[in-house]
Amino acid sequence: MSSRRRRGRRVGLPVPVLALAVVAVVFFALPLIGLLWRAPWSNAWHYLTQDEALTALRLSMVCSLWATGLSIVFGVPLAWLLARVEFPGRGMVRALCTLSMVLPPVVGGVALFFALGRRGIVGQYLDRWFGVTLPFTTAAVVIAQTFVAMPFLVITVEAALRQLDGRVEDASRTLGASRWYTFRRVTMPAIRPALVAGAVLAWARALGEFGATITFAGNFPGTTQTMPLAVYLSLETNPEEAIILALVLIAISFAVLVGLRDRWFGRTDRPISGVTA
Amino acid sequence: MVRAHRPTDLGGDRVTLSAQLALQLGTLDLHADLDVRPGELLALLGPNGAGKSTVLRCLAGLALIDSGRIAIDGTVVDDPSADVFVEPEQRPIGFVFQNYLLFEHMSVLENVAYGLRARKTPKVEARRIAREWLERVGLADYADQRPRALSGGQAQRAALARALATNPRLLLLDEPLAALDAGTRGSVRRDLRQHLETFDGMRILVTHDPVDAYALADRVAILDAGRIVQVGTLAEVTAHPRSRYVADLVGVNLVTGNVTDGVLTTAAGAHVVIADALPGSSFAVIRPPSIALVREPAVGSSARNTWSGTIADIDRLGDRVRVGIDSQLPLIAEITVAALDALQLRPGDEIHATVKATDIEVYPA
Repeated sequence: MSSRRRRGRRVGLPVPVLALAVVAVVFFALPLIGLLWRAPWSNAWHYLTQDEALTALRLSMVCSLWATGLSIVFGVPLAWLLARVEFPGRGMVRALCTLSMVLPPVVGGVALFFALGRRGIVGQYLDRWFGVTLPFTTAAVVIAQTFVAMPFLVITVEAALRQLDGRVEDASRTLGASRWYTFRRVTMPAIRPALVAGAVLAWARALGEFGATITFAGNFPGTTQTMPLAVYLSLETNPEEAIILALVLIAISFAVLVGLRDRWFGRTDRPISGVTA
Repeated sequence: MVRAHRPTDLGGDRVTLSAQLALQLGTLDLHADLDVRPGELLALLGPNGAGKSTVLRCLAGLALIDSGRIAIDGTVVDDPSADVFVEPEQRPIGFVFQNYLLFEHMSVLENVAYGLRARKTPKVEARRIAREWLERVGLADYADQRPRALSGGQAQRAALARALATNPRLLLLDEPLAALDAGTRGSVRRDLRQHLETFDGMRILVTHDPVDAYALADRVAILDAGRIVQVGTLAEVTAHPRSRYVADLVGVNLVTGNVTDGVLTTAAGAHVVIADALPGSSFAVIRPPSIALVREPAVGSSARNTWSGTIADIDRLGDRVRVGIDSQLPLIAEITVAALDALQLRPGDEIHATVKATDIEVYPA
């Protein structure tokens, strides 16, 4: 600790950079302090144990974990495709698959409705052939969350796959491993830190998802009303409750981000053994 | 899916490699024919960028040839004209990569067992064989360590054990000593030699260091700019260089040209009088110590060759001095420090280089 402080002094932190960084920290801290300051602590337990709040919390957890799972199942192969396979229009496909990161979520929700709604391009057949109607169901919440969350996983994993020395996979092939065995036993373990980071980002994004959910899945307590929706709704009726629910959401996200911090910021790339003998 | 190759029923002494490779990769234009005899260690020696590693990658199936044919053990593994391509995992090969490329997320034991596990050997059996290999290369104590804990020489032995554990018939080694610092290279080379001698299959070693080739190889093939320019024992190759690369390695002047009436004429138009040779396209080797430098063109000298030029550079190597001469025939002469002092030579000075015809060795190109 003392050595670190001494080193910092010797290097000499540039004052303007430090000042701007502090402003940035305050910028993020202030809204949180505002919430904590206005929180009705004496009634907190009452609001938290209400059925509606617990239902919304549980739904948020279940849906965001499903969305994360789907993002991994489909996002990792997509990232691999984008990183490793050269095909015409790859740039277009990448832009298409990450579009929902910059798209206003409400627009995304409307677009999902036109695609998967009862009269949508695919939705009408789901309805006609299978009797499946997606909008305003819990499945719709998961789909909306996956739609906005998966790109975070895809870009993180794609970057890791690009950085990975492809010759490690070559080594696996020369040892008698098929492409699929190599992918499972060499590629995936090598990119695990990035996969964890991407999954956490995707999960956090899914947990906070609001716009696409409310347009595609609606706001029905018990089936589609997630925490962000519950917070928004209670802002109109009971702002005190909204603050408590918001703080719960923040606390959960915060705990995960802090807990997994080392996984994605603390990782240092080590040289391959033997090179630095 | 993954078919384990079982070459054990074939006698090891009948196993051969025959490869004709042609491919275009970026600026590299590779046209190389290689034959490796049973149990032989062939060193592929050449400068950086010559295509050495690409040759290994083609043999391993990690790079595709545009045309040609590769047959290991009589089985064709790559032949574009016949539409044959055997995937790397189904070739009977072992590959030791330049930086060893051990799997960082596995223990050393798991690394060595990996090839066997990939070929569906039961876990217990794979681990037993891997442990035997680690003992053989002196790494039994490191079985449960991560590769990161190994020194460069140990990592190389682990990589060798990993490659040999699957019982390949052809072992490919890509610059296995290049990643090591000079201090450990000698002892690791001795170790490697010992371990390679216990392997009875064919081995191809890629290196840019003739010392590796000298210490480890039965024969060397010189690869320069995508072409195999010379094949033979290292003594044969260095005695009669056939490329600028080998001439530089050995430290001699190599002249190529056409011989008519006892005179070799280079492409630049320089004439070299030689003692006796058959007419036709030839190589001539002029050893730097056989060149005498004089300030004034000699009159009545027994030396039949005199080339005039300017001094390009002067390099002192101990009590010897290498003098580079720019002339119609660029040469490097080797003189003593005393001669340098007596002649007061400086870069840019005009100088005359003389050589007796009998000091020039000539052989057909």
